[in-house]
Amino acid sequence: MAPVKRKAPKEEVPAQAVSVNDLPWLVRHDAGRCVLCGACTAACTFGAIEAKLPPRGASAAEREMRKEAGEGGRPVIVQKAEAAHACTGCGMCEKVCPAGAIRPVRNLDNRWAVLSRTHGEPARRGGRGGRSVVEAPPRERTLDAVVIGRISQMTDPALDSERHTFELRSPLGRLLRPGELPLRVEDGRLVLAGETPPVRWIYPVIFSDMSIGALSTRAWEALALAVAWLNEECHLPVRMSSGEGGVPTRLLESERLKYFILQIASGHFGWNRIIESLPRMKADPAAVLIKVGQGAKPGDGGLLPAAKVAPHIQAIRGVPGATLHSPPNHQGLYSIEEAVQKMHLSMNAAFGFRVPVAVKCAASATSVAVYNNLLRDPYHICGGFFLDGMLGGTGAAYSVSLEHTGHPVVSVVRDCYRAAAGQGLQGRIPLWAGGGIGMNGDAAADAFKLVCLGADGVVLGRLLLQLLGCVGNEHGRCNACNTGHCPAGICTQDPRLVRRLDVDAGAQAIVDYMRAFDAELRKLLAPVGNSALPVGRADALVATRKDVADRLGIAYAC
Amino acid sequence: MCRIGSIKCREAVPPSLALRLMLPQQEGHDNSGFALVMQDLEGAFSHYKETPLLSLATTPEGLRLVADHMAALGFVQLAQWVPEVDNRAGLNMAAMPRYVFSNYDWPEVYRYRGQKDREELLLDTRLALRRLLEEHDAGYVYSFWPDVLTLKEIGDPADIAAYFRLWDDDGRLVARNIVAQCRQNTNYGIVRYAAHPFFLQGHTLCANGENTLFTRNREFQQSLHRGYTGFESDSQCLLYTLHYVHRELGWPLTYYKHVLTPLPAAEAAAREDGEVLGLIRESLAQLEINGPNAIIGLLPDGKMLACCDAKKLRPLVIGSGEGDDGDMVAMASEVCALNAILPARDKEKDIYPGERELVVVDNGLELQRWLQ
Repeated sequence: MAPVKRKAPKEEVPAQAVSVNDLPWLVRHDAGRCVLCGACTAACTFGAIEAKLPPRGASAAEREMRKEAGEGGRPVIVQKAEAAHACTGCGMCEKVCPAGAIRPVRNLDNRWAVLSRTHGEPARRGGRGGRSVVEAPPRERTLDAVVIGRISQMTDPALDSERHTFELRSPLGRLLRPGELPLRVEDGRLVLAGETPPVRWIYPVIFSDMSIGALSTRAWEALALAVAWLNEECHLPVRMSSGEGGVPTRLLESERLKYFILQIASGHFGWNRIIESLPRMKADPAAVLIKVGQGAKPGDGGLLPAAKVAPHIQAIRGVPGATLHSPPNHQGLYSIEEAVQKMHLSMNAAFGFRVPVAVKCAASATSVAVYNNLLRDPYHICGGFFLDGMLGGTGAAYSVSLEHTGHPVVSVVRDCYRAAAGQGLQGRIPLWAGGGIGMNGDAAADAFKLVCLGADGVVLGRLLLQLLGCVGNEHGRCNACNTGHCPAGICTQDPRLVRRLDVDAGAQAIVDYMRAFDAELRKLLAPVGNSALPVGRADALVATRKDVADRLGIAYAC
Repeated sequence: MCRIGSIKCREAVPPSLALRLMLPQQEGHDNSGFALVMQDLEGAFSHYKETPLLSLATTPEGLRLVADHMAALGFVQLAQWVPEVDNRAGLNMAAMPRYVFSNYDWPEVYRYRGQKDREELLLDTRLALRRLLEEHDAGYVYSFWPDVLTLKEIGDPADIAAYFRLWDDDGRLVARNIVAQCRQNTNYGIVRYAAHPFFLQGHTLCANGENTLFTRNREFQQSLHRGYTGFESDSQCLLYTLHYVHRELGWPLTYYKHVLTPLPAAEAAAREDGEVLGLIRESLAQLEINGPNAIIGLLPDGKMLACCDAKKLRPLVIGSGEGDDGDMVAMASEVCALNAILPARDKEKDIYPGERELVVVDNGLELQRWLQ
């Protein structure tokens, strides 16, 4: 709802009216270069601009002369002075303009923090952490204050990243302690004498759980295509989480289900179809991920706005077209141990105890306590602990949640690892870290550092969308994932917008990035002389900030 | 870089032989220390093979503390050998005031206890003595085990030998198994406990190299077993892994190599025992090493073993001699060492363990080469 407009008497200054200068982005239009093609207004999914005939200053006589000469006015593109149609800075107008006549510019004098809340609804946006108000500086990242400082030379030589064989694999599943292994000595050899929990050794990157409703079907398909290609052509066993919201039946019944982690959250959206498909499944999924919380809006459930609930999404989810809320908690769960065990047992049983079941929580000051509980669980149920830091998030969230709640992922990963190490339980439940990984484009460096601090692997989300063409950033650009108007066709179900996304090109971009990621990861492993992932090898890192060094328990360097 | 060596012989040999093994490798160490562990002793200790032998370097105060502690535990001293040191000026070494090697009879309550209980007692006693001596800054305790003697000192190996009159070969100090190292660990400061070989419940190990996954190894081992302590040297992790796999888990010796340097996943998966290897790797990933290391180990039953990390950057050679060479097998970082004590051996038969190999020498001096 737009703010109420008051028609001001001519003598009165309309001080309370919204002007274009109150909005976070200004559209600069050069009428002299404009060719009047109309592409910009057609491309703008937010209705932020329109063509108008501007009033002109001219005498009555002059106006009369023009009229007689048959001269009309020349229309110009103007920005609407309405909060509901505020420009998001996505720059689609600029992309489609053949004459370079239009572009958005950041408006430092905006009143957006106030305007976005004037209609009685909390401000919402998509994207991840960082501030939506444009003047705020980007958040300082802990990982940028950490560098890989232990370079092997002379006595422990570095490896050749081009030629050496590296083993870049991480576990997903419950790993037993050596004394718990069902092994028996027979004729001088160890033989297996019992069952062990299922464990998958996969690439240390998982594509984050972005549901088929949060994304467009094309975007989801591009991710799925990239995953299949990475596995089958590039030999990188990357896995993708489905997100809450279900999986197309054809995929459920395909061999390629093995590349996917099925997510179940408190709304259980899409699980009817999954359960119904069980008898026809040709392959087991890579894992089941129980989402308890997420980093973008910790303490909130999932939210799929009605504007994005297209008919095929309704069909997959089995819920009629309405705003879909996944509650912030799993109803009936009242303790970590009992609740998670109940869920795990049912999930395990559904897949014949062949599929590891992991838990995803928002990073929190209590994460260590939860992890400790899971570690001490005597039934070896939990097969992974996914920590989602406050910089994570792709879908719709309240701005106040994105900006003011949550916990950075780095220290909580470190704390969990150290808590486990203190009990000799490190590595028993793989730690996966998400939330802002690759914010600066260097996902491999972020992943390597988190691995050294104790993570077994990382989860990428927003970075993938950026590879698909998302223009949103941490400084308030676009971030309209919640509106259904995604100008890149990534986070929308509008068929006209979805068509903007080229599935193959998107998948190609992701595959190319992951190939570069793989090469970069080797480039980081080689100088520290490790051919396998150095999980917990914090001595390979130094911090350039004393506070970071102290907090993470690594050496300080200056 | 340090240099390591070991001798396994049918007849007991003096430590001067180990020095002759180590000194030719002098270009590869910095003369900052010498240490050896002798097992299967004869000479002065031949009558006390069943009773635990305590190896100490200490101060007079430390000696009193140890005597009181041992008496309180019920250990009765049976014999003591104190080397008559050559205290001449000019020797390049930092000597402790007292070196004591004492045999003790078992406390009365342990006389009828099982082997396992006795072994735990010996470990707990050594750890307690170590804490006691550390509290009073009164010296070092290296081993407490039947038929095992440990000597470590900081300084020039030849001068250390002169100080202890090891060159005299008077027949009092001889053994069938000797593991030795020259040069102290310099990565973390020179302290006596950082000198190889390391000893734990009959397991002896020394290594030449750098354990690049030291932090990860240590963090895991610290909670695995109370005996996994100290960590003055990153190579101690290799001993603790040997002890853990061989003694605590009771796995066949070959799995030590599988734990240290697991096969690449694809290679392991293709094998018949791939599932077992996969489980071992999953479960003991924290004990992997990424090298470079050359390792010599000695087991409680006298078997000697040698292996390297998967990078195979540190040299290690094994040679055996008969007849004139005195029926022995020797291992060393460099082949010049073997040439010094086994000049007549058939050099064609020298073994340079590969990156996937584990070599075991049994008490009949028979060599088994096992490929991972």
